Amino acid sequence: MTNDRRSGRLRVPEPSSRPGDPVEFGDLALSPAGAVARPDIDAPEPCLRDLPFLLIRTLDDAGNVVGGWLPDLADGDLIRALKAMVLTRAFDERMFKIQRQGKTSFYMKSRGEEALGAVPSLALRQGDMCFPTYRLVSWLMARDYPLEDLVNQIFSNAQDPLKGRQLPILYSARDYGFYSLSGNVGSRFGHAVGWAMAKAYRGIDDIAIGYIGEGTTAEGDFHEALTFASVYRAPVVLCVTNNQWAISTFSGIAGAQETTFAAKAIAYGIPGLRVDGNDVLAVWAATQWAAARARSGLGATLIEFFTYRAEGHSTSDDPGKYRPSDEASKWPLGDPVERLKQHLIALGEWDDSRHAALEESVAEAVRAAVKQGEAVGTLGQSKPSVKEMFEGVFKEPDWRVLEQRGEVGI
Amino acid sequence: MAVMNMIQALNSALDTMLARDPDVLIFGEDVGYFGGVFRVTDKLQEKHGLDRCFDAPIAEGGIVATAIGMGAEGLRPVVEIQFADYILPAYDQLVSEAARLRYRSNGEFTAPITVRSPYGGGIFGGQTHSQSPEAIFAHITGLKTVIPSTPYDAKGLLIAAIECDDPVIFLEPKRIYNGPFDGRHGQALTSWAQHPAAQVPEDHYSIALGKAAIVREGADVTVLAYGTMVHVALAGIADAGVDAELIDLRSIVPLDVDAIVASVKKTGRCVIVHEASRFGGFGGELSALVTERCFYHLKAPTQRVAGWDTPYPHAFEWDYFPGPDRVAKALAHVMEV
Repeated sequence: MTNDRRSGRLRVPEPSSRPGDPVEFGDLALSPAGAVARPDIDAPEPCLRDLPFLLIRTLDDAGNVVGGWLPDLADGDLIRALKAMVLTRAFDERMFKIQRQGKTSFYMKSRGEEALGAVPSLALRQGDMCFPTYRLVSWLMARDYPLEDLVNQIFSNAQDPLKGRQLPILYSARDYGFYSLSGNVGSRFGHAVGWAMAKAYRGIDDIAIGYIGEGTTAEGDFHEALTFASVYRAPVVLCVTNNQWAISTFSGIAGAQETTFAAKAIAYGIPGLRVDGNDVLAVWAATQWAAARARSGLGATLIEFFTYRAEGHSTSDDPGKYRPSDEASKWPLGDPVERLKQHLIALGEWDDSRHAALEESVAEAVRAAVKQGEAVGTLGQSKPSVKEMFEGVFKEPDWRVLEQRGEVGI
Repeated sequence: MAVMNMIQALNSALDTMLARDPDVLIFGEDVGYFGGVFRVTDKLQEKHGLDRCFDAPIAEGGIVATAIGMGAEGLRPVVEIQFADYILPAYDQLVSEAARLRYRSNGEFTAPITVRSPYGGGIFGGQTHSQSPEAIFAHITGLKTVIPSTPYDAKGLLIAAIECDDPVIFLEPKRIYNGPFDGRHGQALTSWAQHPAAQVPEDHYSIALGKAAIVREGADVTVLAYGTMVHVALAGIADAGVDAELIDLRSIVPLDVDAIVASVKKTGRCVIVHEASRFGGFGGELSALVTERCFYHLKAPTQRVAGWDTPYPHAFEWDYFPGPDRVAKALAHVMEV
């Protein structure tokens, strides 16, 4: 056995730019807006195998709708999406600052990805269930989840709907179609498939939508969920939010230099769509196409939402340590809020003054919610009764919990 | 000698081994260019090369499986699982493969791998950044499980783990990465700088696995602890005002049973302290060993101070965390009998 490392041939992928370098995105394989044809929902999967290598885009650079991927929209839908996205951004900004002030332990923003929760939340039905990642609070914003409950959860205070048991932002909101989050990544992707199979078993046409990050497609959970979804033709929409970064790790470490994430669908014999995640209309149209397939018994679709994580991973990292600080501003597919605003202005349904009024009203709503939460108490100032620590382990507590409650004296 | 915190000491151990042995390489989530979310691999890629310290896909099972394959070939991979809470997708690889490869192949193939992972609570990390899973590894024959409590031990034990020809789970108590936390959470943070065990040699040295350290000699009761709880136990002993002997186990497999038995036979009492939930925790094994081997020397029933039998709760960090008050209470209890 030789050990001459000078001849080492192990390949480790590297991103095209690091801090201090000029921004280089490499080959992003961007199709022109409107260039991708929309197939019928019952098109056989073998006919759809070019789609994962294209990019579905509906809005052109001027904010006009082009091509065949058109969402079926009700009056006011786009304004509702815009409000949810603008609210999400304002809420994120405020709560990030609150964490920096030491009023809670942790926060994560979803800047740049607000369309990915807000749009499916509006496009799907009340009976459908979302299995989210931690960057999809916009789903709840689009369904008018009370901001006060979000703030109380983030503060783990006496009014926290999750009783202080869970890390900030790992919400659970069954009535809003939002499944319980966990800090582990990927481990609920299969739950979306199981939930969808349960609906099929009962003969109900509700569906599930599951999300996973591009980095987490490396986990077995991703591949196992796709196998089950394919084998049992589960009525589920499975989404990869490809925001290019998994904490400090670029998408190439998850295989992005070899193929697309949407193309993983081909191996499982289900359709794979690659969609501009910063284009609200394309996200809407793709969600509706996949949901219609699921609801009519045609099975699962894998959607790669191609987007960019415009902020750090969380309050715990500094993205300037691993990527150029101006990378977000140079993302060639722009910002989802700005692009939707541009489109609505082009339609004549929106203008700068109405946008400014919206920003002021969401800022006021966030201020009011935070004020309420702070009145109850921030992390450590207020918490639920310590007996809540022992509740909910089992439906009925066993002797261990009862004895230990006694040791604490409650 | 240099003053190091635990992160710097671990970094120094890895740096030393990368320089010394071309068969050592490092991979894990965010460990490459970024240097790890806790900075333990800071600058190692820059210093030793892209293919010696690199980012891994988010796939803990894949990370450990790949390390086992490399180890079987003859390399000495040191992999990081970003939080011990996330190690479970790798559990099958650790239990069914790493732990048994030597036995089932009659030594034809082995897994000389080191799996580093930050673990434990005290950081408001909630239920997925706070757990202490050491017992689920200690239960598996064929895995060694090491837990340092100081910078000096961290470097010496990590080098011993890397040099060990068997698979080692190396759990790093992240609450004491930057200072010796004694559980008094209301007080200002203490840095390692003034602690004698922050004096760390910059060169190679190792501490034999399976050799406990007597942190404090005493006559009346033996306290067994590891990781963060060594410091918490010291505070609890001071609060209780008892003449306790504190033993830092340093590794739970191999376990320095001789040190435990010698001490308990001397003191006649034993209190076991760990962060993990009490029921089925490693304290149960320690208590059984003490009972089996020291029964006729015992003056009181052995007590366990541990996390409650619930998931780790965010708002109730200090209600859950077994602090010095609970240690002192257990000490007072065994002394009353």
